Amino acid sequence: MKRITIDPITRLEGHGKIEIFLNDAGEVADVFFQVPELRGFEKFCQGRPVWELPSIVPKICGVCPVDHHLASGKAVDAVYGIDPPPVAKKLRTLYHCVHRIHSHIAHFYALAAPDFVMGPDANPAVRNVLGVVGKVGPELGGAVLKARRLAQDIQAMMAGSQTYPNWMVPGGVSKGLKEEERKQIEQHARYFVEFAKTSIKVFDDVVLKNKAYVDLILSDAYKLVTHYMGLVDEKNHLQTTYGKVRVVDTQGKEIVKYDAKDYLQHVAEHVEPWSYLKFPYLKAKGWKGFVDGQDSGVYRAAPLGRLNASDGMSTPLAQAEYERFFKTLGGKPVHSTLATHWARIVELVGAAEVALQLATDPEITNPKVRELPQQKPSEGVGIVEASRGTLTHHYKTDEKGMVVAVNLIVGTTNNHAPICMSIKRAAQGLIKRGQQITDGVLNMIEMAFRAYDPCFSCATHSLPGQMPLEVVVREKDGTIVARRQR
Amino acid sequence: MPKLKIGLYWAAACGGCDVSVLDLHEKILKVAEAADILFWPIALDFKEKDVEAMPDGHMDVCFFNGAVRNSENEHMAKLLRKKSKVLVAFGSCSYLGGVPGLANFYQREDVLRTVYCGSPSTPNEKKTIPQEKTTEKVGELKIPAFYAQVKTLAQVVPVEYFLPGCPPAVEQVWAAVEAIVTGKLPKPPAVVGASDKALCDECPRKKGEKKIKQFRSVADTIPDPEICLLEQGIICCGPATRAGCGYRCIKANMPCRGCYGPTPGVIDQGAKMLSAVASVIDSSDPDEVEKIVAGIPDPAGTFYRFSLPDSLLRGVRVEEAK
Repeated sequence: MKRITIDPITRLEGHGKIEIFLNDAGEVADVFFQVPELRGFEKFCQGRPVWELPSIVPKICGVCPVDHHLASGKAVDAVYGIDPPPVAKKLRTLYHCVHRIHSHIAHFYALAAPDFVMGPDANPAVRNVLGVVGKVGPELGGAVLKARRLAQDIQAMMAGSQTYPNWMVPGGVSKGLKEEERKQIEQHARYFVEFAKTSIKVFDDVVLKNKAYVDLILSDAYKLVTHYMGLVDEKNHLQTTYGKVRVVDTQGKEIVKYDAKDYLQHVAEHVEPWSYLKFPYLKAKGWKGFVDGQDSGVYRAAPLGRLNASDGMSTPLAQAEYERFFKTLGGKPVHSTLATHWARIVELVGAAEVALQLATDPEITNPKVRELPQQKPSEGVGIVEASRGTLTHHYKTDEKGMVVAVNLIVGTTNNHAPICMSIKRAAQGLIKRGQQITDGVLNMIEMAFRAYDPCFSCATHSLPGQMPLEVVVREKDGTIVARRQR
Repeated sequence: MPKLKIGLYWAAACGGCDVSVLDLHEKILKVAEAADILFWPIALDFKEKDVEAMPDGHMDVCFFNGAVRNSENEHMAKLLRKKSKVLVAFGSCSYLGGVPGLANFYQREDVLRTVYCGSPSTPNEKKTIPQEKTTEKVGELKIPAFYAQVKTLAQVVPVEYFLPGCPPAVEQVWAAVEAIVTGKLPKPPAVVGASDKALCDECPRKKGEKKIKQFRSVADTIPDPEICLLEQGIICCGPATRAGCGYRCIKANMPCRGCYGPTPGVIDQGAKMLSAVASVIDSSDPDEVEKIVAGIPDPAGTFYRFSLPDSLLRGVRVEEAK
């Protein structure tokens, strides 16, 4: 038995580590994707006043603090049984869309694009965002930086700081929009829509017009047949911030549509001793292990999950791109993991359009941005779609609002089992006995989990857009027989 | 002047400090002009063994964000200390312990049990808790051990400079970088990239006499956006907190929770906040004072929101069984 370790940050405090075990014939025997990190928010949020949690939980992740801030705010509303005024919901949605734009831009251009623009087996020295800019031109590079900066600026304007949001209060938000702020957001949102259109074209030119890439996307090494999850509105259109959670099966048929408060009836989590991160599954199907298919409880969230779980987009440009997505990839549901990159672009378009709609909504500057609680606090669940999957916050309090229990199912966690399985499938498809493990092979294994934009790899939001990798092939006794590094 | 050699590292962190560096946007290119970045796991492809291969003191400056939560964090802190002339604790977690430091109110086993055995969505009938070592059919798997308590960087190695904030404000990151590039750093150890005043001194809100008969919270009040929050009875950690953030929470009409750490010369931020609160209570009748103080829920978790591991309290202490 040989072992290959892919340790993204090489024996450092980790955000994910891959262990590949080869059998004596040199084929992949098993693969483990481990998350070596735990901070225990579920415990130390206990004893805090519940209205403080929206400013504590963004510290779970500095890359997606806004998703946690919003899920927490919604959970606190539910704890107090308050329905925020319409403008507060619109402001939250606007803010969420702007964050989504920032996050999807960072992922697509800094991380995903290098694999396609430069090629999966290009020289690692150029397979990064700088290489991409060199190839597509500095104009696009400048536009990417500008769009990301504008999105960060709006978040700071609305909620105090772009990385430390402190804005959610029970029943609404702490601050509304002034007309001059609204104007600025509208101007930026117009830029986002144009930028999103450019992104469609970039994806078209770079990926879709290259048959080899379309074949790669549709290949078995990157396919996983699972159920899908995402928030939808009453028309089953994809939503970010409000709506119900819809789950469809491997055929695209609705299994369930549930309100946040009922999540425990539908989702459960499995624990393995070798990873600090848990493995969610559909309760009705049960945990059947790391297997895909109609009988498995494994489902997927995030952009691909959301497109599959919805019946369409609520805005015209995004809807057109949604239709093209399914038409090109052979109809619903799409099981190809790498299609997640395209799904992310569809969402980018949708988020830009919704941001513009809301920035030009006559009500958006209404100063009535919150209701004060009238009921005694007790228990509540808040769900939003984080960039990386359905995010659930569940709080219980005593009658003074002091937190007695917190349960969290975080975006990326939904995809934990699928990530493990996708890596295994890619490794099985790509590592052949007797063949050298090249940098290209390594990168193509890495592409299987990079598509999920896993949040424990905040490294994926890096400038050159590449996780450092080291693969060590060892004999059973631990002696190194091969080492490859980039 | 030769180019500076710098390194950046994250330990037990959320990634927000690194985002703060990325938010320098185009200025990052200026940093690259003035300095060679030799180590930055979020962005660059250098590894631990590259650091190990450096001569001692090879890097001019290393920015270290995140707290020390496990043995790997500690190992890296010691390694980077040895290889750097100047070590900077970057952000609240590294400087003070940060929000994850609130875990020091609890015991290690309690944290693990809550996450894996106490969650309503986790049936876990076998009561499985992740282990440092696991033996699977194909071989042995390892994950780092979870320390009993969160530690600050300076509790593990000597530190020259502290750059506060959760995360540090982008303009303060830039100010610190400029100070380093131009050699204008103060004598260590010192806080850099922040003000020497308290947040209250820079806060633009109208301030009058503070006389509090009843404390309130954002759960039951819509604060006036122009008037000092503490005067309105809302606990705001401004009096005990160093300025430098650009009063970003105050601008959102929300109270400060102290992420920039204690004011100069103060050892314990929470104790300082406690005395600030005591001084605004408008009563000398012990019964009434008690009633007013009871209106502050969770004083420990509020006053020490970002600084518990660095405080005199540090957290729960458990006698190790011999």
